[in-house]
Amino acid sequence: MFSAIAFYVFTAVLVVSALLVITARNPVHSVLFLILAFFNAAGLFVLMGAEFIAMILVIVYVGAVAVLFLFVVMMLDISFADLRKGAMQYVPLGLVSGGILLLELISVFAAWKFSPEVDKNLVSPTPDNITNTEALGRLIYTDYALVFQAAGLVLLVAMIGAIVLTHRYRPDVRRQKVSVQNARRPEDVLEIQKVSPRSGV
Amino acid sequence: MEIGLSHYLSVAAILFTLGVFGIFLNRKNVIVILMSIELMLLAVNINLVSFSTHLNDLAGQVFTMFVLTVAAAEAAIGLAILVIFFRNRGSIAVEDISSLKG
Repeated sequence: MFSAIAFYVFTAVLVVSALLVITARNPVHSVLFLILAFFNAAGLFVLMGAEFIAMILVIVYVGAVAVLFLFVVMMLDISFADLRKGAMQYVPLGLVSGGILLLELISVFAAWKFSPEVDKNLVSPTPDNITNTEALGRLIYTDYALVFQAAGLVLLVAMIGAIVLTHRYRPDVRRQKVSVQNARRPEDVLEIQKVSPRSGV
Repeated sequence: MEIGLSHYLSVAAILFTLGVFGIFLNRKNVIVILMSIELMLLAVNINLVSFSTHLNDLAGQVFTMFVLTVAAAEAAIGLAILVIFFRNRGSIAVEDISSLKG
């Protein structure tokens, strides 16, 4: 009973906030509703019993991706009102294609039944009496170790790519030049002056 | 009333449709298009996790982690490209980006 109520609450907030993500006039509000949607999706994951994925979703999506979006939205000085001009032109097309897509997805998934033999085809069955996190950890460091490393490589390439793309040389910035500092010798820069008494330099 | 697999799949279907509709609705604003793509990836993740938990097969949750990885990488690269494009052109409208082609 409680899980049913929690499911409907999470679902309602998730769907409404997703709708507000795409319809909000201010993109900052869009990002904030995106964060709300991620939190509620994490709640759904907890209800399903996938706690680790739920926590990862909160950490990665809310902590990294959404904050990145927030940075970019606030950093770029754009008139978002201009970007919305003519936006209504494609709404009927979007409604029709989205509605068809929704009907198709629901008609495929709504009456989904597993065949009785499906238990024979499980790739990595969930072990009993250990937690979800422990089971996932045992799996990704053994069977999926190579794929896990590849995922790390994807992140590395993305990080280097983002740095290379956004880094730029700015001529107006004074930087420390270590080699010039090390090559500096006293005889190049120091000069002994003979100062006669009571005359100043 | 029992909440079964089809409930979660319906939620994912609605979320995916909202993502598709968001691309149509905000077809000039690249940032909101990227957010719609994130919504669609979230719908895919919900699908994967619900099948995984209802089948008692952990492979779906492992895949969800990889989808999350790719989504994070895609957001980082996409926003980096967006920032350098804005630096060069002073605009992020989609029709201006078409001037980048060859």
